[in-house]
Amino acid sequence: MKIAITSTGKDLNSNVDPRFGRCSYFVIYETESKTYEFIENPNKNADNGAGPASVQVVADKGVSKIVSGEFGMKIKSLLESLKIQMIVIKEPTKTIQDIINMFNK
Amino acid sequence: MEGKILTDKSLKIAIASGKGGTGKTLISTSMFYAIQEKYENSVLLDCDAEEPNSLLFFDASLKESLKVVQKVPVIDTDKCVYCGKCHDYCEYNAIFIIPPSRIIKVIEELCHGCGACSVACEYDAIIEKDTEVGRVNLFVTDNGMNLVEARMKSGVMSPVPVIKAAHKSTSDKDIVIMDSPPGTSCPFIQTVVEADYVILVTEPTPFGLSDLKQSVNTLKTMHKQYGVVINRAGLGDTKVYDYLKSENIELLAEIPFDKEIAILYSTGKIVAAHDDNLKALFMKIFESIYNSYGNSGNQR
Repeated sequence: MKIAITSTGKDLNSNVDPRFGRCSYFVIYETESKTYEFIENPNKNADNGAGPASVQVVADKGVSKIVSGEFGMKIKSLLESLKIQMIVIKEPTKTIQDIINMFNK
Repeated sequence: MEGKILTDKSLKIAIASGKGGTGKTLISTSMFYAIQEKYENSVLLDCDAEEPNSLLFFDASLKESLKVVQKVPVIDTDKCVYCGKCHDYCEYNAIFIIPPSRIIKVIEELCHGCGACSVACEYDAIIEKDTEVGRVNLFVTDNGMNLVEARMKSGVMSPVPVIKAAHKSTSDKDIVIMDSPPGTSCPFIQTVVEADYVILVTEPTPFGLSDLKQSVNTLKTMHKQYGVVINRAGLGDTKVYDYLKSENIELLAEIPFDKEIAILYSTGKIVAAHDDNLKALFMKIFESIYNSYGNSGNQR
């Protein structure tokens, strides 16, 4: 299973980015092979519609879950129709490694 | 009271300000009230489509409600080949597409109705449908005052199409007093672009000055005629006055920082209806603008 995690930086010690659509990086983590890749978010400074455009980035990667600090109104129904689960992390001090560890438990 | 006069000139005045809460609605409702007794075929047009409130001050009944629509794309998935060209053309990220999964969706809230996606599609897969973006509501009071409000539908991206439609609905009027949306972005531009003259309302505070400068700079690029009313005079400092002097901008009037005015306004009363001095002041400002900037011959 692939999951996307929003990240403030491009290494595993970075904190989870509290914003979804305008996060700095996406981490795409594959739970079976335990491999990951960082993707710079091209929509960070988009004028309009950063949320849906970012859904497109991670949905293209075939993720079934997204972990972020919050999700905007425009994308909730979109993610539901794509059957992608939203996981909200309310602790901004959590690192990408912490979140990966949660999935590996 | 003198009888009403049929004007031989037309004039559109926008009451605007960079800063919110400076007194645009106070001045536009009062100026309209002051002049409508004398000038026949006048209208108060509330262009603040995101939160129109001028009607709160009048006891008026709805005469007509015009639906404002915008075109949004509908994808014919039988014809769509998921090439993504419509998505690439869209400036607003309103088309969501995942070609490998054959998923394409229109995010209507983000659509500006520009039609670029229809131009992009080479497969006839995009048809357009009308979607309501707001209404233009026409009101009249028992004593014949004309009031129009632009009211956008909540959740819609931009009030601009509704403001445009509101302008059109008043094209048969000789005198149009417009209550502009705050700020200097598209809704403001769409309001003042129709105006022969813009009254900028500000207050003598650092916030008022900062936002006044932005409004002035915007109007300069639009080559508009404008002057300034300072509301809540007596408050703050003298920097707004210094700025007006250094830029050679006309100070049309000052409205004092006065508890009585605040009480009238906050209880939903038109200030000019209860304060004869202010009523006379608004008439004087209007007539000086009318004489200098009115369009003679009623070209419209």
